[in-house]
Amino acid sequence: MTTTTSAPALPRTRTRAARPWGLYVALLLTAWFAVSALWPGLLAPGDPLELHLDSALAAPGPHHLLGTDEAGRDLYSRIVHGTAPALAIGFGASLVSLALALVLGGLAALAARPVASVVDRVVEVLFSFPSLLLALLLVALLGQSALTEAVAVGVGTAPGYARMIRGQILATKSSPYVEAAVTLGHSRTRILRQHVLPNAVRPLVAVFALSVGQSIVWASSLSFLGLGVAPPSSEWGALLDAGRLYLTHAWWLTIVPGLVIVVLALTATTLGKHLQASLERNDR
Amino acid sequence: MSRTEDVLADAGPTTTTRPGREASPAGTLAVERARPRFSVRGLDVGFTRAGTHRRVVSGLSFDLFPGQCVAIVGESGSGKSVTARTLVGLTGAGSTVTAERLQFEGRDVAEFSEREWRRVRGAGIGFVLQDALVSLDPLRPVGAEIDEALRLHGWGSRRSRARKVVDLLTSVGVPSPQLRAGQRSGELSGGLRQRALIASALALDPDVVIADEPTTALDVTVQAQVLDLLAQTKDRGVSILLISHDLSVVARLADLVLVMRGGEVVERGTAQQVLTDPQHEYTKALIAAVPGEHTKGTRLVPPAAGADVAPVPAPRRHEPAPEPLLEARGLVKRFATAGGLRRTAVDGVSFTLHRGRTVGIVGESGSGKSTTARLALALTTPDEGDVTLLGEAWSTVPETRRRARRSSIAVVQQDPLSSFDPRWDVERILLDSLPAGHTGRTARGARVRELLEQVGLGEEVLPRSPLRLSGGQRQRVAIARALGSEPSILVLDEAVSALDVSVQAQVLDLLADLQERLGLSYLFISHDLGVIHHVSDEVLVMKDGRVVERGTADDVFRRPQEAYTQELVGSLPRLADARPTTAGTSTTGETR
Repeated sequence: MTTTTSAPALPRTRTRAARPWGLYVALLLTAWFAVSALWPGLLAPGDPLELHLDSALAAPGPHHLLGTDEAGRDLYSRIVHGTAPALAIGFGASLVSLALALVLGGLAALAARPVASVVDRVVEVLFSFPSLLLALLLVALLGQSALTEAVAVGVGTAPGYARMIRGQILATKSSPYVEAAVTLGHSRTRILRQHVLPNAVRPLVAVFALSVGQSIVWASSLSFLGLGVAPPSSEWGALLDAGRLYLTHAWWLTIVPGLVIVVLALTATTLGKHLQASLERNDR
Repeated sequence: MSRTEDVLADAGPTTTTRPGREASPAGTLAVERARPRFSVRGLDVGFTRAGTHRRVVSGLSFDLFPGQCVAIVGESGSGKSVTARTLVGLTGAGSTVTAERLQFEGRDVAEFSEREWRRVRGAGIGFVLQDALVSLDPLRPVGAEIDEALRLHGWGSRRSRARKVVDLLTSVGVPSPQLRAGQRSGELSGGLRQRALIASALALDPDVVIADEPTTALDVTVQAQVLDLLAQTKDRGVSILLISHDLSVVARLADLVLVMRGGEVVERGTAQQVLTDPQHEYTKALIAAVPGEHTKGTRLVPPAAGADVAPVPAPRRHEPAPEPLLEARGLVKRFATAGGLRRTAVDGVSFTLHRGRTVGIVGESGSGKSTTARLALALTTPDEGDVTLLGEAWSTVPETRRRARRSSIAVVQQDPLSSFDPRWDVERILLDSLPAGHTGRTARGARVRELLEQVGLGEEVLPRSPLRLSGGQRQRVAIARALGSEPSILVLDEAVSALDVSVQAQVLDLLADLQERLGLSYLFISHDLGVIHHVSDEVLVMKDGRVVERGTADDVFRRPQEAYTQELVGSLPRLADARPTTAGTSTTGETR
């Protein structure tokens, strides 16, 4: 070994990538949202529906952290207690969406040609509808409830995921490891079960997290249009809708629930992206 | 930090210095005809990741004189590419670079500001990378790419630049340069892309060209053209730093060769000295590991001293001609292309594979050799002609009837990593390959361990993901999987092409052992003439879907009849091509 005592003539050191602070914040917020959904009394001991007509439309202050609405109900309590319905609709819609997408995408990628092309066309037609319009249509057909809202949002967002799953399955189907399995003499169903489906579905874990955030925004839009959960529920979209009337003199009734929706959507998106990145890191 | 702690220290090589060339300090050289363009002394490069420091280059020294070519040869992880990047100030994040001296044109590189670097890169130093497809912007015409290099350095007017671009493309031998300048990199063949990249590296008449594996992705005939081009560039007085894993590529061009291993130079000397009379054990092993004519029928890796395995000289050669296992007759396969046309990928290919023998198919990219492999495996069915396996119809029967018989023919693909399900560990991969007949947990486990043993792997790899294995280990797992069903035929589709030469040698030896022990037949597909010559009994040379020449390996490679085969064999760089030592080169060669 050449042992030269090298004078550090040109130290050129660069620091490593910064810590993922975004992820830490998102995890903290997730914990907060989880507690609000499961045990709202812990964070907001007051009754969210208790009326205090004397302190109606009070601005955010020491007494009411986020102010009160037209009936004097505490906005902070309502938001905390509204987390559960908001999340339920978000998760429900995502489940509906991905389940439907899995069926449609799977058929489009795997079924015999006539079936596959029919499914392809159906997905394309659904795709050409604006998601919100599709959701509105379903609410109009099925009537107004939290369940319909979830179904409507789920169906509205399914076509995009269906296309994604179709592409994923097709890519997996032509991968070298599937080819290797064919040369091992494995049957079509065994290859599908063992390789194609698990590998096609795996990236959906991350997509699900992204979808929850997106669905909550969609559901809030429906509620805001008066087509979601009916008042006096504290679901966030409903809060937005109710606050709309007082926008000029009680801004907090719309701004605060709106911000909370944005924060939840961002949290879900951040988690989803980190999940996706870590899955991809493991793949390559 | 102390050098003994260095993780790379376990490689423990010592620099072999020839008599009379004891590390002479550069200043005391008797002959110094010109100032070196690059002068490097005691270069150390390390990376700090996740809190641990890893040194990847240790104590590297060399001078690069005008009109000289210094070649750094080594396998993956030897530090050769890091060295190239360090010289242009692009070592990367988390790196620490120290050197007693690191000078470009007599100036300390450490003094360069980022702005100065940008001027030096391109104008002073041209950089040619391995894969032109990823180095060139896919959405921009190659002419615009070259023009940008000129424009960024404030070269001439728009019109004079356009002329210069055409001149440059002409000078690197691109036919119809006007037309080509307007095409995107995806529209050019691999050879043209690489030339366009060299043209952009030469655009500003740099004094130094750093070429990192410039021909690795190219077919041999194209490689020969690119090497000629680099040689012409050198003759014009440009200094070339050539980085390559391929000793024979270096032989054509290099005046001074540095052999690197684990970040250290283990041997240095003129190309002829290093390649024809290597002193260091590692260089010797590296040169011995290159398969080809002279290695046929011998092991590439000598068994380690003290190993209880008896050396197996000249395996194979089963006389008389045994039974045919796989027969292909007049195979034709056409594919629809984007323009609605049908391209004939395979056109009238026939061959017979006998038990215990190897048929090699060699050809350049697009010659139809991989499609032929897929036809043999019945992964795709021929448009004309047929394949019979063990005397029974194979390509003409439906897949459901083929399934049970698939156990007799298995495949080893080029890239082992993508051939494994990314969710599976080695144990799962191997268990999955066992035919349905193997029942019982213990029996299956025993069979998996037997497979591992056959390919020279230990049980410790079982719970690991292929991601955590080395390239050679992965390919061994792929071979073990192929052996799982006890096949009589293995189709090896570029199975050793992605491996380092010493690992390739081990895998080729393993394949020879397995053939001997298990009586396997190989259909061996490769673009590498040396590998095909080494392994094959019968050789098919393919071009544009047709077999242009066939015969025994020695006939085809030693006495090629067809013009194309002659061109192929003639393009093959050889170690014997090493530049003869002339007075001038030996002087510069000795300047460490």
